[in-house]
Amino acid sequence: MREIQAQQITQTIRQLCIDANCHLAGDVKNQIKQCRSCETFPVAQGILDKIIQNYEIADENVVPICQDTGVACVFLEIGQDVHVNGNLEEAVHEGVRQGYQDGYLRKSVVADPLNRVNTKDNTPAMIYYDIVPGDGFKITVAPKGFGSENMSQIKMLKPSDGLQGVKDFILKVVKEAGPNPCPPIVVGVGIGGTFDKAATMAKRALLRPVDSHNPNPFYAQLEDEMLEKVNALGIGPQGFGGKTTALGVNIEYFPTHIAGLPCAVNINCHVTRHKSAEL
Amino acid sequence: MEKRIVMPFTAEKAKELKAGDSVLITGVIYTARDAAHKRLVELLEKGEPLPMDVKDSMIFYVGPTPAKPGQALGSAGPTTSYRMDAYAPQLLDVGLRGMIGKGLRSPEVIDAMKRNTAVYFGAIGGAGALLSKCIKKAEVIAYPDLGAEAIHRLEVEDFPAVVVIDSQGNNLYETGRAEYLNGLK
Repeated sequence: MREIQAQQITQTIRQLCIDANCHLAGDVKNQIKQCRSCETFPVAQGILDKIIQNYEIADENVVPICQDTGVACVFLEIGQDVHVNGNLEEAVHEGVRQGYQDGYLRKSVVADPLNRVNTKDNTPAMIYYDIVPGDGFKITVAPKGFGSENMSQIKMLKPSDGLQGVKDFILKVVKEAGPNPCPPIVVGVGIGGTFDKAATMAKRALLRPVDSHNPNPFYAQLEDEMLEKVNALGIGPQGFGGKTTALGVNIEYFPTHIAGLPCAVNINCHVTRHKSAEL
Repeated sequence: MEKRIVMPFTAEKAKELKAGDSVLITGVIYTARDAAHKRLVELLEKGEPLPMDVKDSMIFYVGPTPAKPGQALGSAGPTTSYRMDAYAPQLLDVGLRGMIGKGLRSPEVIDAMKRNTAVYFGAIGGAGALLSKCIKKAEVIAYPDLGAEAIHRLEVEDFPAVVVIDSQGNNLYETGRAEYLNGLK
């Protein structure tokens, strides 16, 4: 059995928090540039130029791309043949604590949703565990801003709503979000499973490269179709009009109950952040 | 071509701006977001003075990141404005002239803006590193216990923004999208 020290997990998460918040991932940068070259509306072109300038400043000065450095969503893929020496969960929170302190990142977490006192160190992280075969240990940190999180929705559709119901719901969520989530957005969709499974899939869909496709050709085609439909809404960068409302639509699906068709839409902004490391 | 606004932001200056205008703001503005707004409005309801003079001033809806050595303030882009809609009319009624944020506003806020000749500006959401460069000085003047949500007094220079809703209630979120879609026909 492979041994991993908790301290190594803390150090890795510390660095991933800083890197994810200050350096936009290559797939998102490429997609923003690609959209800039296709954008025809002058106002939208100007905004996309500023967005590019912004992530370049962040890269160069190692400062946060966006002031909402998010709640730290930490995804762990743990090989079943791995043993962690120490307290795994505390190691994750400690990594977030150190990363947000040392990286001059904003502390945006309140300890209680109703009494709302800031924890002052951005903990706790939101931790997602997956046990997988082998002895690998993969960590992904995805800081999630709440301007876009607040625009996300879930709906328990009926089987009779079918494909059309799913398409209508995705478009409704994007339309209602309008300028609020800092378009151009990335749309994560989870279809099937249960109430919570659909929501988790929608969040995980945002971890996939924005220019990637679902390996199932039916869902890959649906991603392309929905991206086209979303961009036909004309909301545009920052909601001032234009073609570039979304950089991508990523869809995940899972088996579900004979009575159900859950559909979750998790919205992310143009600062879609995720950084991974393997131990 | 951008219009320059030098603070204080009087009704005369506000009246000249139209939805869609690009502006560069210079002078003293204040930050406040969810928790600070709640406290400000509680003060107004008790008839007590606010920690800053909002008359002919602007509030920037932002919770910045901490400053790195050499910075006045960390990254500082706008937060979504609708969460301040419950509080904004009361501040507009005591003289607040401008709000900087992003996203939609309620009909109640737009009515209060028209009634008080005020302007709602949009700054680019998610461009916190870029906007930070326009902040020359920053100081916490109230509610330090709120951390990033404390009220800061900022000195800004050529801070870029767009008039989203003007003092007549014209709304760029409606006209901009319509202009783009009409252009496709």
